[in-house]
Amino acid sequence: MSTALEVAQTVTDPELPMLTLADLGVLRDVRTEHGQVVVEITPTYSGCPAMGTMRADLVHALHRAGFADVDVRTVLSPPWSTDWISDEGRRKLAAGGIAPPGPAPRHTGPIPLSLGPTRRTATCPVCGSADTEELSEFSGTACKALRRCRSCREPFEHVKEI
Amino acid sequence: MAHEETVYDALDHAHGGEGQWAFGTGFDDPLAGVDTTVPDGVDPADLGAYCLVLGDDALVLCQRLTEWATRAPELEEEVALANCGLDLLGQARLLLARAGSCGVLGRSRELATDSVPDEDALAYFRDAGEFGCHHLVEVDGGDFARTMVRLLVASTARLALFARLRGSRDPVVGAIAAKGVPELTYHRDHAARWVLRLGDGTEESHRRAQAGVDAVWPLTADLFTATDVERRLVEQGVAVDPADTRDEVRDVLTMVLERATLAVPEWPADRPSPGRAGEHTEELAPLLATLQGLAREHPAATW
Repeated sequence: MSTALEVAQTVTDPELPMLTLADLGVLRDVRTEHGQVVVEITPTYSGCPAMGTMRADLVHALHRAGFADVDVRTVLSPPWSTDWISDEGRRKLAAGGIAPPGPAPRHTGPIPLSLGPTRRTATCPVCGSADTEELSEFSGTACKALRRCRSCREPFEHVKEI
Repeated sequence: MAHEETVYDALDHAHGGEGQWAFGTGFDDPLAGVDTTVPDGVDPADLGAYCLVLGDDALVLCQRLTEWATRAPELEEEVALANCGLDLLGQARLLLARAGSCGVLGRSRELATDSVPDEDALAYFRDAGEFGCHHLVEVDGGDFARTMVRLLVASTARLALFARLRGSRDPVVGAIAAKGVPELTYHRDHAARWVLRLGDGTEESHRRAQAGVDAVWPLTADLFTATDVERRLVEQGVAVDPADTRDEVRDVLTMVLERATLAVPEWPADRPSPGRAGEHTEELAPLLATLQGLAREHPAATW
């Protein structure tokens, strides 16, 4: 029989189904307390609308695997960062046509304003060219930006650093 | 125990088995599993009131931003404004839920049916006079230029506040602020780039951006005076005195406007925020009618 951790690690993200919640860094802890499986997850963004589905998916998977008593808890701190996306997760994103994020910015003191075009780079997941441009810092979900490849002209999404 | 066949069954089971599993009222507590114990020595009524007004700012500005859905100048911009709104909605949900966990619910709990969670009771079942948002976020957004100037001012002030609130002695407020900081950084950058593009653009875009600045600037008078609740919570290490953010906010805004070749109007004299005291412009009530209409029409509905 699989452990609760192994089962929880198979559950995929509702909006990025090529990734597991573990790949995404959203699955923070799985443990057993007095016979109850306690799962901790954290939202990517404050307004992430998928938290309810994630919670239900985890409960569903664990119930099917025979864990009757499951409590899925939200943890807010520390806040999720794209740095928590695993190497495996980054490979799966790229294979799925979504450019993975670079290192997240780390600020000490006042947060600087960036008025120019963003300096971040992303490689085209279609043709591999590094010559890409940002169309918008916002895209179909809160965690992604919209870019276009100048070489093959394909638009693509990029998980933006946070 | 029941082994649900599909995820929909699991959602249904988790929400009372009445087939009401979709997103919306009654669906999900954003603070599920979070320790909401109020720190020693902190008055829950003050903490709740503080979270409520910070949540109201986010909820009302979210509503103003999403008014651009289907009307923004380009599809990418519509998505951007909706994304900013979604982040603010998330912040509002967390803060209203925190207010509810402190027992700050007022009349809303009497008006809402029992199945409606606290955050939704607060969002949908308070009238304008019970909201504590600043006038800055509630006034009509005007044209796209004024919308962007308002977003710049509001996100600059909120970012300066949230950056300092990360150290709050209330761990829930601290965590909500820490989560909001990178989101607000994106909003501020986005608005600043638009103000730059419009101000330093064509004659018409410059004219409209300057008109937006001139309309929004007087509203900054409300942003920097602490309320009595804030003063008490500042002493307890829970809240941030908004006066401490004044220099940073003015510096950032001045820098953007100068780069955008826009005239920086004279800063208005600080005054206590009428919005924080429940005194609002006549533009808030129609906004709330749109926001709350469905929930009030069908008070027992979950969907």
